[in-house]
Amino acid sequence: MTETEGFFNRLANPTRFMALVGAVLPWLTGLTVVLFLAGLYLAFFVAPEDYQQGHTVKIMFIHVPFAWLSMMGYSVITIASIGSLIWRHPMADVAAKTAAPIGASFTLLALVTGSLWGKPMWGTYWVWDARLTSVLLLFFLYLGLMVLWQAIEEPSRAGRTAAILAIVGSVNLPVIKFSVDWWNTLHQPASVVKLGGPAIHSSLLTPLLIMAAAFTCLFFVLHLMAMRTEVLRRRVQALRLTHVDTAGIKEGARA
Amino acid sequence: MSALFELGPHTGFIWMAYGISALVLAGLIGWIRIDARNQMQLLAELEHKGIHRRSAPARGSQGEKSSKQT
Repeated sequence: MTETEGFFNRLANPTRFMALVGAVLPWLTGLTVVLFLAGLYLAFFVAPEDYQQGHTVKIMFIHVPFAWLSMMGYSVITIASIGSLIWRHPMADVAAKTAAPIGASFTLLALVTGSLWGKPMWGTYWVWDARLTSVLLLFFLYLGLMVLWQAIEEPSRAGRTAAILAIVGSVNLPVIKFSVDWWNTLHQPASVVKLGGPAIHSSLLTPLLIMAAAFTCLFFVLHLMAMRTEVLRRRVQALRLTHVDTAGIKEGARA
Repeated sequence: MSALFELGPHTGFIWMAYGISALVLAGLIGWIRIDARNQMQLLAELEHKGIHRRSAPARGSQGEKSSKQT
């Protein structure tokens, strides 16, 4: 077993995971707050107006991180789903299940903030082009996964079914990323992550990257909290089942 | 402070974007925290009734033993 495999095996133990989360969460939460304060200060008090978009460029500081994290959230689910199908470890299920509502929220916010940015810049809240439609599809995929988890009571069966849907749905990720290059669209092409470096001036890029770091930390804070709660939920379910079984055996013995 | 309110002709769009984001994120954080509190309460109630995990720490012992059970 390699050192990396050993690390992941140790982490996959729920009790060790809970202890690690307890140690990491306060620091990660503190870092998130500091990054948000710095990012919002730079966004509202330091960053200049864009020469074309004016102050509406401030929407970019939240819209772009939401869009990035909507895809990152789904990537987390896909990786966890692969882990769940191959190693059948409950913690992979837990990671996939708990990332879905967080990813769905970030995707919804990417769509809403994009619409509110689109109206003053494009003259419309919505167009059925490839980028916007593929992100809407991503939102529906998140909702589909959440419904599946709710609909199937037995966690391991729900985990397997949701994992298959998640992996199939991951085909949408490259479509979202490259839609602006493959098809004609109102949406601008990549401006930060692209060959030849970012096309944004550092006075706007710096607050954008700090806000992106802040939202990324927030995503992981919420994901770790939700994973911890899911472990507790499964313990409660297991205890209830054990209690019912024990009560049944005692009842049987009395009869 | 005027930097917050003098954002040109599209101030409403900017504030709506930030406002809706803050509301949705506050709702998400609140939901996750309430869910965590509920599960901790349920677990505490079960343990209070004497229903423990096999791998839960014995009374008086330090820390939890490692477990694969979730």
